[in-house]
Amino acid sequence: MREITKIEIITRPEKLEVLKEALNAIGVAGMTVSQVFGCGLTKGHREVYRGTEYTINLLPKIKVETVVCEVPVEKVLEAAKKVLRTGQLGDGKIFVYPIANAVRIRTGEEGDIAIIDPQN
Amino acid sequence: MKNWRFIITVCIIFITLLTPLAFAESTELPDAAAAAVAEVKIDTGDTAWVLISAALVMLMTPGLALFYGGMVRTKNALNTIMQSFFILAIISLQWVLYGYSLAFGPDVNSFIGDLSWAGFTGVGQEPNPDYAATIPHLAFAAFQCMFAVITPALITGSFAERMRFPAFAVFSLAWATLVYDPFAHWVWGVGGWLRTLGALDFAGGTVIHILSGVSGLVACIMLGKRRGYGKTPMLPHHLPMTALGAALLWFGWFGFNAGSSLGANGLAAHAFVVTNTATAAAAISWVVTEWYHKGKPTILGAASGCVAGLVAITPAAGFVAPVPSIIIGLVSGTLCYLSVSVMKHKLGYDDSLDAFGVHGIGGTWGSIATGLFASKAVNAAGADGLFYGNAEQLSTQLIATFASWIFAAVMTFVILKVIGLFMQLRANEKDESEGLDLSEHGERGYAYQDLVAGFPVLHSSSIGGSGNEALMNEPALGVESHK
Repeated sequence: MREITKIEIITRPEKLEVLKEALNAIGVAGMTVSQVFGCGLTKGHREVYRGTEYTINLLPKIKVETVVCEVPVEKVLEAAKKVLRTGQLGDGKIFVYPIANAVRIRTGEEGDIAIIDPQN
Repeated sequence: MKNWRFIITVCIIFITLLTPLAFAESTELPDAAAAAVAEVKIDTGDTAWVLISAALVMLMTPGLALFYGGMVRTKNALNTIMQSFFILAIISLQWVLYGYSLAFGPDVNSFIGDLSWAGFTGVGQEPNPDYAATIPHLAFAAFQCMFAVITPALITGSFAERMRFPAFAVFSLAWATLVYDPFAHWVWGVGGWLRTLGALDFAGGTVIHILSGVSGLVACIMLGKRRGYGKTPMLPHHLPMTALGAALLWFGWFGFNAGSSLGANGLAAHAFVVTNTATAAAAISWVVTEWYHKGKPTILGAASGCVAGLVAITPAAGFVAPVPSIIIGLVSGTLCYLSVSVMKHKLGYDDSLDAFGVHGIGGTWGSIATGLFASKAVNAAGADGLFYGNAEQLSTQLIATFASWIFAAVMTFVILKVIGLFMQLRANEKDESEGLDLSEHGERGYAYQDLVAGFPVLHSSSIGGSGNEALMNEPALGVESHK
């Protein structure tokens, strides 16, 4: 079984479309996208309601998870960095995890075959 | 089984009590009608305007529900809306059964009306010249009903997000009976002592706004702060809803103030114009003050400012000229802004939606301003204020204002203490953190809820098990965890 890797990208919500296109262009077709809230180096912003101030430091982000096997992890990271980097605080983080196993529920296939596109 | 017996017993009691009222009305009607026809004549224009105004004021209470509903957190949106909505039902009945009679019925010692008009007995299609000579007595009673409805609804803003629904319902009914009805009699009822004294209150600055604002202050202090107040953010969850509510209030207020002339006449047009003018001025002054103080003009500020202006012009609408109404509005916007953004935090009480800061303070300013700016040139039936050479009117206004503060504060304190002996006023910790929508009503305002303004979709402590299990069981959530 070839090595399976999960790449988790947490970034700005407005970058979702360009990221999807960039990943599709290098052959990554499957992904899971979640709306999340997070904080890091970004300070957040101030909101004022009837003169009372609140500091909102949990900001809306998107989390894109994709699991790759054939496509090299490095290639995914390069593509993501290229489209996501603005140089400002809040560009986000990418985490890379090894995956122990994968199962395609429809067929019951396990391992690398479960995440490889059968068309290829 | 016990529940059913209780419900049937209550129904039987009601039927027994109401039957004599129904018969009493049918026997009295012919006499009264015959006498009235000889004396007074119904004006169709006046009647149409007052009935439309009553409907406009009715719409203010659901408008208030939206205004308040948008300002609470997601998890309490329905509870807040329900409080106003349900008061519309409770007080409408209370008013017909005995509320109108207590407030406007034949005077007892200048203090309260007697019960001879209970069940609208003798309140018929013919006019009552004591209150309005050109419209059916029923039209006047219906118009006043809508005022009685919105007043306790205003209080709900002060204890929003923490009061148990049963205690709220009992409180509202008791408050309407023991505070609103007597005070409305003092100011508006024939023979009421403030009316006799000459206090001016065109559409309810003392009766409605000071009473509700001050009662709200007392209630929020007695109930205590919301858990986590000052530590966790308690942000409005839907400001577009609040803006819509404020717009409906502004719209309905034309019925509230211009309708209070009780006729389709020049005074109604005058009240209409000064109401709009003061409201606009207050919306501007609140926004500008906040802009200067905190750096941004806000929609919540514009919505709150317009309400502050509407409140302040209410007692003055039939007595002041357009230019003074601008001054009343400008002062009200700034004053109310400072009371909710500075004074509230200095004093440390948790008036959730600023019922006191806007209605208590704005109403007090309006009542005093009436004593400053009132002019007989506007309304010959009124009086001149301080700036028109009559200092006495100002002291009369101060007496009425002071009386309303004391009466509201003392009575609200007593009512809540007494209710507290029989039932739990405040939601317990678990229910409050979970949200009153689920704990009190078993419903949610939104199919899913967000992390910042309310609480997450999955509230694992109330459901048990893992997050995924809870997601699968979601449709049963309300049923499973809130028996």
